Amino acid sequence: MSSTTNPSTHHTSTIGAIGAPSRRNTELALLVFAVVIPVFAYANVGLAINNQVPSGLLSYGLGLGLLAGVAHLVVRKFAPYADPLLLPLATLLNGLGLVVIWRLDQSKLLQSIKQAGTAAPRQLLYTAMGIALFIVVLIFLKDHRVLQRYTYISMVGALVLLLLPLVPGLGANIYGAKIWISVAGFSIQPGEFAKIVLAIFFAGYLMVKRDALALASRRFMGLYLPRGRDLGPILVVWFISILILVFETDLGTSLLFFGMFVIMLYVATERTSWIVFGLLMSAAGAVGVASFEPHVKMRVQAWLDPMKEYTLSQAGVGGHSEQSMQALWAFGSGGTLGSGLGQGHSDLIRFAANSDFILATFGEELGLAGIMALLLIYGLIVERGVRTALAARDPFGKLLAIGLSGAFALQVFVVSGGVMGLIPLTGMTMPFVAYGGSSVIANWALVGILIRISDTARRPAPAPASNPDAEMTQVVRP
Amino acid sequence: MNKPLRRIAIFCGLLVLTLLIRDNWLQYVKADSLKNDDKNRRVTIARYSTPRGDIIVGGSPVTGSTETKSNGLNDLKYKRTYKDGPMWAPVTGYASQAFGANQLENIEDGILTGNDDRLFFRNTLDMITGKPKQGGNVVTTLNAAAQKAAYNGLKETGGKGAAVALDPSTGKILALASYPSYDPSSFAGASNTDAEAWKKLQKNANPADPMLNRALRETYPPGSTFKVVTAAAALENGLYKSADEATDSPLPYTLPDTHTELKNEGDIPCKNATMREALRVSCNTVFGKIGADLGKDKMLTEAKKFGFDAEQYTPVRTASSNFPEEMNRPSTALSSIGQFETAATPLQMAMVASAVANDGKLMKPYMVDMLQTPNLDPLEKTEPQELSRPLSAQNAQILQSMMETVVKDGTGKNAQIPNVTVGGKTGTAQHGVANSANPYAWFISYAKLPDGSSPVAVAVVVEDENANRDDISGGGLAAPIAKSVMEAVINSKK
Repeated sequence: MSSTTNPSTHHTSTIGAIGAPSRRNTELALLVFAVVIPVFAYANVGLAINNQVPSGLLSYGLGLGLLAGVAHLVVRKFAPYADPLLLPLATLLNGLGLVVIWRLDQSKLLQSIKQAGTAAPRQLLYTAMGIALFIVVLIFLKDHRVLQRYTYISMVGALVLLLLPLVPGLGANIYGAKIWISVAGFSIQPGEFAKIVLAIFFAGYLMVKRDALALASRRFMGLYLPRGRDLGPILVVWFISILILVFETDLGTSLLFFGMFVIMLYVATERTSWIVFGLLMSAAGAVGVASFEPHVKMRVQAWLDPMKEYTLSQAGVGGHSEQSMQALWAFGSGGTLGSGLGQGHSDLIRFAANSDFILATFGEELGLAGIMALLLIYGLIVERGVRTALAARDPFGKLLAIGLSGAFALQVFVVSGGVMGLIPLTGMTMPFVAYGGSSVIANWALVGILIRISDTARRPAPAPASNPDAEMTQVVRP
Repeated sequence: MNKPLRRIAIFCGLLVLTLLIRDNWLQYVKADSLKNDDKNRRVTIARYSTPRGDIIVGGSPVTGSTETKSNGLNDLKYKRTYKDGPMWAPVTGYASQAFGANQLENIEDGILTGNDDRLFFRNTLDMITGKPKQGGNVVTTLNAAAQKAAYNGLKETGGKGAAVALDPSTGKILALASYPSYDPSSFAGASNTDAEAWKKLQKNANPADPMLNRALRETYPPGSTFKVVTAAAALENGLYKSADEATDSPLPYTLPDTHTELKNEGDIPCKNATMREALRVSCNTVFGKIGADLGKDKMLTEAKKFGFDAEQYTPVRTASSNFPEEMNRPSTALSSIGQFETAATPLQMAMVASAVANDGKLMKPYMVDMLQTPNLDPLEKTEPQELSRPLSAQNAQILQSMMETVVKDGTGKNAQIPNVTVGGKTGTAQHGVANSANPYAWFISYAKLPDGSSPVAVAVVVEDENANRDDISGGGLAAPIAKSVMEAVINSKK
């Protein structure tokens, strides 16, 4: 046997792992772009609005570069085999988000209604906190399988997080949706964190129960019907989603959690029937609630006829909002190439222009081209997440990775679909780009976990157990 | 577990694809309609982002632009101003930051803001050279002196009314006045004072309805002035071949198929009168019978040739003047003397006078002579256009001699101008339930210079609420205004 092993003779399941390049340098190169592009965008906004390069350009560039650099070094040290795309993509989105938030800070209109003005520095602070959490995850979570131990604690934690906004005195009703709590002057959206904790619970729970759920079923009309008692968990989750919808009047969060659960259930059991059940139940729940919950009902009406909603709001009829129509105008006015950063009028959206509706500013100022690029970046993050799930070697890791990426994809869909008038508007924010501490911090943690799983998945397998038949080859190996 | 994972991957891909398709729908397919939606604030912002181009009369602008006094929040940089706003409002319309734009300000908005596609190349060039975007100008056909005469004349009578003057040979609108009027400057901004001013001008707050453009958008019963159309129909259809042929006109005259007598105003010599005589003293019986003899179809055809039953685009859209399409014989008789449902805009009656003056050729009325680029290069020039030929040249000359008789020694003496031949027709149109409201005083006329050219045709209508009912007659109230407008045009020709 020669020392030059021919890869084709190896079994294909091990070739991917053994000798896989760490790709850390690729990540570093991509990170440079992910920092430089937002810095250029930042200069662009300053030139367009004030005719000068913004004074904060250097500190902003250094700040973002420093954060990205530290994150990169930590990944290099603690997760050397991690997916090389996730960190740069998240950094790029976060950087562009900061630029657009700063751009909206310059709007006199938004300043006058206290919707913007100092949002960008705060968002930079949140970003730093998010990356800190990302680093903490990577340093302290050496192996994602540890999380499996906390399955039921996660369940309790998730429920507490979800119910917090309903606690009197703690919960805050902002523009009709009760998904915030306010602590010491800060508004926190516990739902963003619950998303991750719940994914851990689902992954741990389904890993244990998947055989029972998958095998103990009866066949009926081509579908595998689960046993009555196995239906229990899905019913409970469905019920909780409905509760969220009714009491927190938040269509998005409810849809997100239920969707995430159905995706994970389907992956765990490989039973298409769960998808059918999930779709039927969420449709029934959504229609049922939308028909009697006034806030949700209003959102649906605004979606069906945004122009009427706009007219009513202009006429001063209470409880109506011009936002949906304003967002559509912003997109339309952007056209193919957009008005250019800093040159649009998306501040006309007024409330939540830099959070829930930030995509409309991207749409107006960067145009169809910019939005397509942005959506593809989100698509890439999801794709890397799914790839991580595919590569993971343990079912818990697979379930957790697909749960997190699926939830991420659903969130992107629900938020952008809402802003673009494809589906009714929900009270969620675009991951990474929208203004909001909870969202940024939670999503950095999410990326941290995905990076941890991908590191475990791509790490070279420990040396195979010695095989007596292969003794000779072992010897000649250098 | 990998098979469902791959399916979930496809599902996520489909989610993103759906978003991409939706975005293409929004930002490509629907982009233009969203972008140019009137309610989209960006349209207003663009309209006022640069000084607006001007509307020009006789070489000097009647509009202007001033920088908005910014309270920091107003996103509209410039505000429209108007010189002699009330006088020119029926021409310019308004452009208000808060209340939109109408008439020329709206129709030529693309040129005035500089957003018109024809200015695209220039704008691109300006963008490269760093020059700010500028709006182009709208050069009107109006005559400042004539407009002033028309507006002041109406103002002096104090009643609601309108006056229109046309150049018969081209169709150029020379004067277009409406009274009471409004000052578009008063609500050009977006402040509370502007809102107050706007509110006060609305019809529900102000019964005089100053924002109504009476010259183009209001129709009045034309009364006896319509007899010119009836006379034209009689000549064109060969019912009578000359102005001095005795007509077959009994007195008293009973409306066909009824027992109702059609009355004349006072005891005037209408029995078998010639058309010249009938027009001079304004015989209802003679022209009522001519209309009934010709029948509704022939009358309708002639009225339509003069422009009735159609909207005109000057380019400001006018109301459609009405000559009823379906009616019985007595109604035809009444319609032929400008009553029943016959109704005409002042512009329409000016078109009637101008067609007669222009030897039977009706020119399409227009008020935009030329569109200019910001550096005053012509962008588009309006060419005179023939609309129709209601009369042969020979018949037109017969009708001219009849109308000249009216002014020379008939009801229109007040419009006489020394050394100028004036032809005209008075009208006093009754309206209201049982004719209870004050009648409208009408006068239509044209002036003919010694060289045979005819530089101006005018229509004036006045409703005088203050006047003694008996005093109102076209000759008394409206003819002097028409006279001063014609004089203004003739003097400016010299």
